[in-house]
Amino acid sequence: MPLIDYANPTRFLAFSARVLPWLAAATAVLLVAGLWLSFFASPADYQQGETVRIMYIHVPSAWLSMFGYGVMAVAALGTLVWRHPLADVTAKAAAPLGAAFTFLALVTGSLWGKPMWGTWWVWDARLTSELVLLIMYLGLIALWQAVDDFGRAARVVAVLTLVGSINIPIIKFSVDWWNTLHQGESIFRAGGPTIDAGMLKALFTMTAAMTLLYVVLLFSAMGNEIMRRRADQMEALAAGEGG
Amino acid sequence: MSAHAGFIVAAYGVTAVVLVALVLWVVIDGRAQRRRLADLEARGITRRSAQKPTTGKTGA
Repeated sequence: MPLIDYANPTRFLAFSARVLPWLAAATAVLLVAGLWLSFFASPADYQQGETVRIMYIHVPSAWLSMFGYGVMAVAALGTLVWRHPLADVTAKAAAPLGAAFTFLALVTGSLWGKPMWGTWWVWDARLTSELVLLIMYLGLIALWQAVDDFGRAARVVAVLTLVGSINIPIIKFSVDWWNTLHQGESIFRAGGPTIDAGMLKALFTMTAAMTLLYVVLLFSAMGNEIMRRRADQMEALAAGEGG
Repeated sequence: MSAHAGFIVAAYGVTAVVLVALVLWVVIDGRAQRRRLADLEARGITRRSAQKPTTGKTGA
C-alpha cells in the first residue's frame, strides 16, 4: 500500500494500532539502554565532572522542541495546500508535545547552566529564541482552544505555524550568528564532533529513545484527536436529528 | 556523586515527571474518547458515513 494511503484517518487508526505496541517496546528498550549508558558507561567530563550527564536529557529535549515544530510546519502545509484532515489532526496533537519538550529543554538547560555558568538564565540568542519557541507553542495551543470551528482553527493555526517557523533556523544557528554564553555546535560540525565517543554513544541512544517516545505519543494523541472529532460529529448529528 | 548531584537529580526528576504526565495524558484521553464513542454507538448514533441511505431513488 502506498504511504499516502495511510493519510486517511480510518487507515491511520488501524496502522497506528498495529505499530504502536512495537514502537512502545522499542522505546522502553532504548530508554533503559540510554539511561544505563548515560549513568554507568560514559565518562565524567574533565571540566564539568558528573554534571555533563544532564546533557543526555537536555540535548534530546532541545532537538525534539525543534523537530516537533518541523512536524507542525509540514502539517501546516498539508492543511493549507491539500486541506487534508489528518494534517489538521497532526498539528493539533503535536503542539502540546512540542511545548512539553521545549519546557524540558529550558528547565534542564537552566539546571545545567547554574553550576556551570553560575547563572540560571541569561538573555543570549539561543536561550531567548528557545523561550520564544515555547511562547509560540503555547500561543498555538491557545488558538486551537479559542476557535470553535475545527477547520477554521486549523487554517489560522497553519498560517501562524508557518510564519513562526522562521524561529527554527534562528535557534539552530544562533550560536554561530551571535556571541552567546551557550556553547557552540559540538556534534554535527566540520572537523567532527568534539565530544568523547562514550558520551556520543549515550547521547545518540537517549536521542533515539526520546524521539521514538515522541512518535509513540504523537501517534497516540493523533488517534485520540480522530476519535474526539468523530464523537463531536456524532453528538452534533444526534442533536440535529433530535432538534 | 559530585557536588552538583542535586542539579542532576532535579533535571532527571523534572524530565521523568513531564514524560510520565504526557504518557498519562494520552492514555487517559484515549480511554475517555473510546468511552464516548462506545456510549454514542450504544445509543444507536452512528457517523454519517456509516449510516445507510434513507432517502434517494427507490426505483419507483
